[in-house]
Amino acid sequence: MLVYADNAATTQMSRKALDVLFETSETVWGNPSSLHSVGQKAKEILEDARLRIAKAIGAEPKEIYFTSGGSEADNQALISAATFGARKGKKHIISTRFEHHAVLHTLQKLEKQGFEVEYLDVHRNGLVTADQVREAIRPDTALVSVMYANNEIGTVQPIREIGAVCRAAKVPFHSDAVQAIGHIPVDVVRDNIDLLALSAHKFHGPKGIGVLYARKGTLLVNVIEGGAQERGKRAGTENIPAIASMAAALEESLQNLEANRDRIIPMRDRLIEGLSKIPHSCLNGDRSSRVPGTVNFCFEGIEGESLLLLLDAQGIEASSGSACTSGSLDPSHVLLALGLPHDVAHGSLRLSIGEYNTPEEIDHILTVVPQVVEYLRNMSPVWEDLENGKRPHIL
Amino acid sequence: MALYSEKVMDHFQHPRNVGKMDDADGIGEVGNAKCGDIMKMYLKIRDGIITDVKFNTFGCGSAIATSSIATEMIKGKPVSEALQLTNRAVVEALDGLPAHKIHCSVLAEEAVKAAVKDYYDKNGIAYDKEQFRQVDCESCHVHGAES
Repeated sequence: MLVYADNAATTQMSRKALDVLFETSETVWGNPSSLHSVGQKAKEILEDARLRIAKAIGAEPKEIYFTSGGSEADNQALISAATFGARKGKKHIISTRFEHHAVLHTLQKLEKQGFEVEYLDVHRNGLVTADQVREAIRPDTALVSVMYANNEIGTVQPIREIGAVCRAAKVPFHSDAVQAIGHIPVDVVRDNIDLLALSAHKFHGPKGIGVLYARKGTLLVNVIEGGAQERGKRAGTENIPAIASMAAALEESLQNLEANRDRIIPMRDRLIEGLSKIPHSCLNGDRSSRVPGTVNFCFEGIEGESLLLLLDAQGIEASSGSACTSGSLDPSHVLLALGLPHDVAHGSLRLSIGEYNTPEEIDHILTVVPQVVEYLRNMSPVWEDLENGKRPHIL
Repeated sequence: MALYSEKVMDHFQHPRNVGKMDDADGIGEVGNAKCGDIMKMYLKIRDGIITDVKFNTFGCGSAIATSSIATEMIKGKPVSEALQLTNRAVVEALDGLPAHKIHCSVLAEEAVKAAVKDYYDKNGIAYDKEQFRQVDCESCHVHGAES
């Protein structure tokens, strides 16, 4: 049995998204900047997709900018807010400790340019509060950036409340919604969001395409210079087939949002219950405030990469915040932000399921994971020390 | 997975000499859990020959594979020969390791040396301390990243 349980990394494209991608590539190959009919046909498709995507997140079409994906959208959002904040003498930015690297690394770059970034604590449950944001806002705050849902542990932040706090303080609010869009309802007006990033391949659309939403009146600086595409804010000939395919995938995801949720959540809850039975393990992140499909566990005494490789050998494709996967010394910055010690954070497993998964696949995961954990623990000197009391159990 | 050679995957999935040893003559433990790798090696030594080896490892796939192949490379060999085992030889025997995993081979070499040192210490055998100098965890990770 082959079980793909890494949907937070990327999703398989839907039949509909694939059909639109192929058909558009074949029939609408013009350049939307061209004045002739072939070009204008492409322009129609582009603007139709913009309208539908805007509608899907509660935005106006003019507020939608197509980008190469979530990372580019995050980069442009942060750099824009920082640049225009600095012009008014505002060089303070509020974010969280467990943002995606597209946000964190951009913030680090801004810090080198003289911005002061305050990284809010996300607590053991992986949640920030609107009160934390309220208390952190200063007269010189240029931007608040809080992700909608965390990519590693799946916790959903109180975005609506945070947005209200920012709006009241007149501070621009950015949210990386890459893990949320298509999985939980997002409405930029209801949520008081000024800048938002989304990525098509997280909801069964194609890779390499995403959106930056920028609320009317929110100024943008260009990350990519060139032609006047996207109202002069993002140069480069638009990837019409991918954009059309993304619009189709997003509509499909939203049409099926409730049905998918009702299908995925019971499977996810079975995973949580089943994996919780493994001794000295823990679910990472709040039990209830989470996206439907993402489950992240730590197992004491083992290391994540060896767990992943053995699961892969048994047909289970998952992920880990393990240092060894990324090639760095430290384990996942997300798990460390939750306050987990390094040695525990090394033993993490992320299973992210979607509507294409079946209850039988969940059975398979629940059969295999405990066996592999036990096997690895039996050869682990750390586990030996934990069991004979030389090292205290943390979980 | 293309990350590792077939040899690494073989040793990772079917590790040789895995386990503990109650009557070991020398035990060496290297690495630390914070960095994500710990290797523990057990040696049985008779008349200067390593007659049996066992290992336990907490770590990634390559950490398990390097421990496994290192035990194979020293089993049945004189202690003096086991001390000549280099991390480079371990990497070569595994048909290579990704650059950021080289530190696992360093740990395997150190685990063997630490176990021999423990044997020497327990039996009052004199040795050159310089031969057992360990690279600390941080620097071996840096070493791995550079190579």
